[in-house]
Amino acid sequence: MLRFILNRLFMALPTVVIVSITVFALIRFIPGDPAALMLGDMAEPAQIAEMRSELGLDKSLPEQFLIWGGNVLTGDFGKSIVSGEPVLKLVVSHFAVSAQIVLVAVFLASLIAVPAGVIAAWRQNSLTDLALVGTATVLLSIPTFWLGLLLLLFFGLKLGWLPVLGYVSIGDNLVGGLLYLVLPVMTLVIHEMGVLIRMARASTLEVLRLDYITHARAKGLSESAVLWKHAFKNAFGPTWTMIGLILGNLLGGIAVIETVFTIPGLGRLMVDAIFQRDYPVIQGCLLFVALSYVLVNLIVDLLYPLFDPRVVAE
Amino acid sequence: MKNYTFNGLIGGVLIALLLAVALLGLFWTPYDPMKLSFTARLAAPSAEHWLGTDEFGRDVLSRLIVGARASVWIGFLTVSLAAIAGTLIGLVSGYARGWVDAVIMAVNNALLAFPGILLALGLLAVFGANQYGIIFALGIAYTPSMARVVRGAVLSLREREFIEASKIMGNSELFTMMRHILPNCLAPITVLATSMFGWAILSESALSFLGLGVPPPAPTWGNMLAAGRPFIEQAVWLGLFPGLCIALTLLGINLLGDALRDKLDPRMRGLK
Repeated sequence: MLRFILNRLFMALPTVVIVSITVFALIRFIPGDPAALMLGDMAEPAQIAEMRSELGLDKSLPEQFLIWGGNVLTGDFGKSIVSGEPVLKLVVSHFAVSAQIVLVAVFLASLIAVPAGVIAAWRQNSLTDLALVGTATVLLSIPTFWLGLLLLLFFGLKLGWLPVLGYVSIGDNLVGGLLYLVLPVMTLVIHEMGVLIRMARASTLEVLRLDYITHARAKGLSESAVLWKHAFKNAFGPTWTMIGLILGNLLGGIAVIETVFTIPGLGRLMVDAIFQRDYPVIQGCLLFVALSYVLVNLIVDLLYPLFDPRVVAE
Repeated sequence: MKNYTFNGLIGGVLIALLLAVALLGLFWTPYDPMKLSFTARLAAPSAEHWLGTDEFGRDVLSRLIVGARASVWIGFLTVSLAAIAGTLIGLVSGYARGWVDAVIMAVNNALLAFPGILLALGLLAVFGANQYGIIFALGIAYTPSMARVVRGAVLSLREREFIEASKIMGNSELFTMMRHILPNCLAPITVLATSMFGWAILSESALSFLGLGVPPPAPTWGNMLAAGRPFIEQAVWLGLFPGLCIALTLLGINLLGDALRDKLDPRMRGLK
């Protein structure tokens, strides 16, 4: 068990290093001089040179990378060019907003979609199966930003049940804050259900063909025992991995949802930073989301033996 | 099995329709998609303007037709870029093995560690938010997935007898790779490229919706949705039709992709 954990941790290390190099390199490729940009159009060449040395831009690239990497390790992600605030503080506060939406949505979607997928597989090629798979494929095909817009139009504007614009933190006002979260969470739940139903169905189908299922049925177990005690336990692994991937993908792609519902989350922070060419913030967001994705997948991997102890033995 | 061929057929029809509309948009649209008309602002769908007009009085149907062209073109170039680059990288990595493979795959896996369109967002900051910026950003972001799939296929193929036979016959490595390995990788490449076409169209519309894609006034489905957003209460059609176009396109690609996977991916054969 310990070897399994250490092995997985060790495997994540090179990924983290190369991800950091990629993020660093990406920002250096952006055309334009950050120093000149920070000082504005009226700056003297001498001022720009001074700013460059202050930012460390006059050093060689490997040196710059090491300095930057060292700072990141101590929690110093630099300061926003636009607002002057520390990037880490900005990223963490916006991340909290995005994370609550994503976590709740993925949890609810799994709760509905996984049983639905298992039942579809159990009733393969029946009307139930066709209806579930058909619905899942349609849900999968609806872009989240359009779905969000339609839900906003219906529940917000036509029925007037839910707020349309703005955002209140649940820390400040629990009930009011929750109202703002209903539509974005609902949008993501509906969309991710499509992916998860199909995944849960496919992995259950694969297990249901195996001999031990026939054996379980032959010895007279009830269908529900066969399905949930025997098949589901073995079939959940791939779906569990998929849930981890979805979590990470949502963190990376949440900008559109946050734009539809005007939520001040991490995605919106990054898109605004791209508009304003706020390099340290772009860099911070990229690094933070990529590293959380690595972390989420690591946690998913480490918890995998809970559902399928066989992976430890391999 | 029957259901899947039927679904594949629906998918094929939807995609054929998309391509036909995109092609049509090259030659003809009901109205000039850029022509402003202040007398016909936010006009509801009617015999004159089938899908209504937008906040500048431009014909929505004409703009959707031109938008289809933009989606297909961006999707096609993105997938071509990712397919060519990814296939080359995958072939080299899977065939060379050793440290070349180890280095390429370490970088490849690190790029795959960027979730969703995050890498594309970062690359867009480099290339700039415009049509070709999107194509490069998405193309590069999708390359690692293609490289991984091709490498996997190459690794399993190179142990097979017919590859051995080709080498014993005195064929060069390059000839063996191009003549025997590559053709056998085409099935997984096709399956992935089909999904990628869908990802590209979805990501393009999402980026355009964010304002980081094709800049207005050129119409794309994504930027039409973004522009129509403030008016959806008075003009539902502005929020409805562009999204419907994206959804139908993605549905077509998903159905077609499932059918292709069933047909081309041998691992799936036992399942159905």
